Amino acid sequence: MTDKQAVTLSINGDPYEVLAAPRQTLLQVLREQLSLTGTKCACNNGVCGSCTVLADGLPMRACLMLAVAATDREITTIEGLEADGELHPVQQAIIDHQGLQCGFCTPGMVIAAKALLDSNPNPTLNEIREELSGNLCRCTGYVKIADAVLSLAGAERGQN
Amino acid sequence: MSTNMAENQQINPIIGASVPRIEGPEKATGRAVYTDDITRPGMLHAALLGSHYPHARILSIDTSRAKALPGVKAVLTGADLPLNYIGMFIKDQLPLARDKVCYSGEPVAAVAAVDLATARQALRLIEMEYEELEPVTDVEEALEPDAPVIHEKRDEYPTMYELPEEPNAICFTEFMEGDPNTAWDKCDAIVEDEYLVPAQYHMYMEPSSTVAEVDGSGKVTLWSSTQGVARSQMYTALALGLPMSKVRVIAPRIGGGFGGKCEFTNQPITALLAQATGRPVKLTFSREDDMTMMKRRHGGKIYMKTGAKKDGTLVARDCRIILDGGAYADESPEVSPVAAFFSQGPYRIPNMRVEAWSVYTNLSRASAFRGFGNPQATFASESQLDDLADQLGMDPLELRLNNALEQDDKFFCGKTIEKATMRACLEKVRDASGWAAKRSGGRPAAPGKKRGIGMAGMSHISGLAGAGANVLLNEDGSVTLNCGAVDIGQGSDTIFTQIVAGALALDMDQVNFAAPDTDSSPYQFQTSASRNTYTIGRAVKKASDDVRDQIYRHAGEILECDTNDLELRQGGVVGVKGVPDAALPFIAIAGRALWQEGGPIMGTHNWLYTPQDRMDPKRMLLRGFALMPDGIGIFTFGAQVAEVEVDEVTGQVEVLEYWAAHDVGKAINKTSVEGQIEGGIVQMLGYALTEEMLWDNGRMINPTMMDYKIPGMADAPYKIHSLLIEEAEESAPFGAKGVGEICAVGPAPAIANAIKNAVGARVAQIPATPERVLTAMQSADDAD
Repeated sequence: MTDKQAVTLSINGDPYEVLAAPRQTLLQVLREQLSLTGTKCACNNGVCGSCTVLADGLPMRACLMLAVAATDREITTIEGLEADGELHPVQQAIIDHQGLQCGFCTPGMVIAAKALLDSNPNPTLNEIREELSGNLCRCTGYVKIADAVLSLAGAERGQN
Repeated sequence: MSTNMAENQQINPIIGASVPRIEGPEKATGRAVYTDDITRPGMLHAALLGSHYPHARILSIDTSRAKALPGVKAVLTGADLPLNYIGMFIKDQLPLARDKVCYSGEPVAAVAAVDLATARQALRLIEMEYEELEPVTDVEEALEPDAPVIHEKRDEYPTMYELPEEPNAICFTEFMEGDPNTAWDKCDAIVEDEYLVPAQYHMYMEPSSTVAEVDGSGKVTLWSSTQGVARSQMYTALALGLPMSKVRVIAPRIGGGFGGKCEFTNQPITALLAQATGRPVKLTFSREDDMTMMKRRHGGKIYMKTGAKKDGTLVARDCRIILDGGAYADESPEVSPVAAFFSQGPYRIPNMRVEAWSVYTNLSRASAFRGFGNPQATFASESQLDDLADQLGMDPLELRLNNALEQDDKFFCGKTIEKATMRACLEKVRDASGWAAKRSGGRPAAPGKKRGIGMAGMSHISGLAGAGANVLLNEDGSVTLNCGAVDIGQGSDTIFTQIVAGALALDMDQVNFAAPDTDSSPYQFQTSASRNTYTIGRAVKKASDDVRDQIYRHAGEILECDTNDLELRQGGVVGVKGVPDAALPFIAIAGRALWQEGGPIMGTHNWLYTPQDRMDPKRMLLRGFALMPDGIGIFTFGAQVAEVEVDEVTGQVEVLEYWAAHDVGKAINKTSVEGQIEGGIVQMLGYALTEEMLWDNGRMINPTMMDYKIPGMADAPYKIHSLLIEEAEESAPFGAKGVGEICAVGPAPAIANAIKNAVGARVAQIPATPERVLTAMQSADDAD
């Protein structure tokens, strides 16, 4: 493709310089150029949430975000959630509650759940259902995903 | 003491434990590798051109401009491919259309290029000339004598069964029992209706994807999102004209299947592109391509009439099922027979006639989809039972209890019921849901809304086809299981690991689950027919038992004791019963076998699911079915209750709470079983309320996730109560039967019956959209 431009991205705390066409999405750059394949593409038009990443801590659809528009943001993908070899509590809760089956929606779901808990550490069941309703899952029926997130509600305040 | 007695006395506690998924960490961290995550050196990217027309002759294809585009490495059309038709029961399909197209979206050309953007650009440069033909989009029109013929060469295709005369018919099946012609005179109440069911898209989250490459010897290797590596291998070999020994298929992680990735998806065309270019090729569908080019559930029409005596005893049923098989047969020749088989439901109906058709239409091809024809038939039959109960003034649950199949009854077509648990399912769901109180208008609804409760009973099977398993004792005393089974997300890798661990008293991390690979795995049919836990699990269990017996032989010689005096101790130890000090770790046995005596220890079991009896031709009329449902599996039963709220102004339906009682034999992993049930119910909540593929004169008009709505978290009830009935099935591994499909059979009628209970109106067409609910309410008002 023509007219590619150098784009500097900050992903999971690391700087990357890539050549990207103006119409290339962040999702394409993550998956195809940086081999960060944990972020999934299931609809490519912003409906399913499988490609959810954090941009400056806020959940965003990587398929709707142009790579060139991500330059000034700190991007966090599923690969960036583990710290010091420890799983993020959301990841651990999803595993413990079997809040995953085929796993294809899981990275986006984990990121969306982390964003929810970051902004609202003690969500009610209904808040969880509303906030995560933009992340589609075809396998689980959502019950065990909700259970996983509920198990973390209030955890930081010791209200579990 | 026999081995069976020992097992009955002491089942290892890992069996029944809700251990987390073995692949949970890789999925939760994004490390799980799905097909599209694979990159091979020098890999090209492919895209397919779909037909613009639903029914047309191809007059010419000009690919010269596409081939001239820099970066394009191959452009294939139907004329470039060997004329090898593929298909399961009737070989009616080519990887790319040749001469004519039979559905809008049917692949007509394939491009491989250095990147996806170039491949897609090349598609736009292909010039097609078509002669449009009249499309057939309605199942009854397809059977009209003057209907346009979709497959002029149908009778020349290789088939495994007898084709009906009607040129657009894929198959016709008729079952009859008793005397349905005269039985109507004995009925005090008769209900008759026509039911419409939609084409439902699988919407696995991972679109179909294959990576193919050819080595220097011409051997083709595929990594593919498939439900069965041996099936993908067989179809690819057939399409390429290669022996299966020249095709290898490996399954990475699979992002859901639900039947849509059975048989073949895009494996053959990807392999053909790799052959044509000599380079690895990746073909991953966009969601729109997957929705228009791939498969779906059969929509169709069902006419049903049921009669009963005053006391609620079912007497007779007549049923005609016409399923829309779409442009190519795929598994249709078995889907409609299975629909026919389950149209009786889990009840005694002494006089019954059913005919079932699958017909060709100019819509995308229909295929296997969770339930395999049963959800369609059961939507009709369970809706009708409620209307019959209303007419008789009976409680619908009582009506079902009165007629539920018992142990001494035969299933439809004279089949033996292994374990009759229908009554237990009904009683359990009745008690757990508080049925009686709620049915009589127990709880108040929100303002402007009406609340209702409804139920459905259901039966299905678990079984089918050939399965193998190998369990190898490694040098260090751990084991490797290789069974070639594909975990499409339902959790079978974990279940099989538990079975091995349970059979050999090993810890979970002492069992390695080998990835399915046709180069190393034993034969495995595919992940379908609720067969993994039961059919494959049995092979896994017996292969593990084989390893145990070999370990016992070594241990008996070393410890100088009878093998009957040996026992397994947790963590990979064999010892003498009652003598704690007399013990050997598996590593000692493995070392002896490898270096001193006997050779490597590998347990093996291969078997074919075979029914204990065949359909009884003496007691009934049987016409026009191929393999199934005669040898489809052992029976399973279930009963479900839905509580809904209907908005009287908008017609919007919300499912508030759900109860599901299922006979699972034995839950190997209880949380995993619940996950299957919850997922099946919510998937079919979509079938009941929102999901419908729509075509305008043969062109699909909603091929996006935006316009085809599956349930999100806010649409699904959080309170789904899985009520497990565990009566061990003797032929099953630790007694366990499959539950993956039966849970999806009941939701549509249970929800439709709850809607009727709420607003007094029968919705006989699903999905029960607000418009359809309001229309039904209006009709019910007019009737009053």
